[in-house]
Amino acid sequence: MARAAVQRRLTWQPATVAQVRTETESARSIVLDVPGWPGHVTGQHVDVRLTAEDGYAAQRSYSVASAPELDRLELTVQRVPDGEVSPYLADVAEAGDQLEIRGPVGGYFTWRPEAVEPVLLVAGGSGIVPLMSMIRGRAAANSRVPFRLVYSARTPDDVIYAQELSRRVRDDRGLDVAFAYTRGTPAGWPRPPGRLDAALLAEVGWPADFIPAVYICGPTGFVEAAANLLVAQGHEPQRIKTERFGPTGDREAAA
Amino acid sequence: MTAGDRPLDRDEWVDGNEAAGILQEIFTMDITTARGRCAGCGRVAPMAETRVYDHAPGLVVRCPDCDAVLLTVIRAPDRAFLATTGLTYLEVALPESATSGFTGA
Repeated sequence: MARAAVQRRLTWQPATVAQVRTETESARSIVLDVPGWPGHVTGQHVDVRLTAEDGYAAQRSYSVASAPELDRLELTVQRVPDGEVSPYLADVAEAGDQLEIRGPVGGYFTWRPEAVEPVLLVAGGSGIVPLMSMIRGRAAANSRVPFRLVYSARTPDDVIYAQELSRRVRDDRGLDVAFAYTRGTPAGWPRPPGRLDAALLAEVGWPADFIPAVYICGPTGFVEAAANLLVAQGHEPQRIKTERFGPTGDREAAA
Repeated sequence: MTAGDRPLDRDEWVDGNEAAGILQEIFTMDITTARGRCAGCGRVAPMAETRVYDHAPGLVVRCPDCDAVLLTVIRAPDRAFLATTGLTYLEVALPESATSGFTGA
């Protein structure tokens, strides 16, 4: 879906908010119209810049949530208390607002539909966002590569994309989703609330000898713990790609 | 990388993926997939796996094993200052060239 890869200098581009959608109590998705947007590779992110009337500018990185598309992309932003950019995106932005983006950037934490190996996705809290882009991109590209997602969230109410994930488990062949709740579970849930552990990863992930590609995204502590568990289960460190968004206010969402 | 929005405390970091934008501004290609060798301990790994401290005036990229400073980047309105003291080399994947080796053009 990406336009011909012309070497172009990375520059800020105007983006217009086309639509906002509430995902959870603290997260919203923002659909942006960006004329000339070349599409992205799933897992990539964009830098977003907000400029105040007095010229003060703040910029942050946000993962693209949508499947690759020309001229349009979608972000999902979790509100971070005391944040400079996320409160605007998560609470204030509305259709018609203008902001600036540059990207897509980051070629490391990416999945391409040409890939054939099975995939294990491990999400902590809003770390689901780039992994959702991969899940959506897989369906859009009609890939049949087996995908398994393990998604750790505080409670069922904190699960972003809950309805879409249950629809995709039904409709997207070869996609499995397992949830791990750290604070509160649905009634009758087989596991008590707790951190993602070796037993659950062994149960719902891929055996190491399937040589899956592994993507882990979440707060730093969550990512390091999940990567260590998988290495202990025999997964090659080189096949485990990680993206950490720091020990931010969201840390308890997953860890 | 969807929540790194609060100003970080002094000992807090994000990973090298966060530096993709500012490095691509300078190099005009993605550098997070490049493998860099730490001059401090010799670790060779993708730049995405480094630690990025962005609360200094500028960006400090450190080795996750030995904590040595690999790169610093300071962005001014019309230029950037890039120090690469802590990197012995960067290994960058490139499209295969029509000729191999140096042609001495």
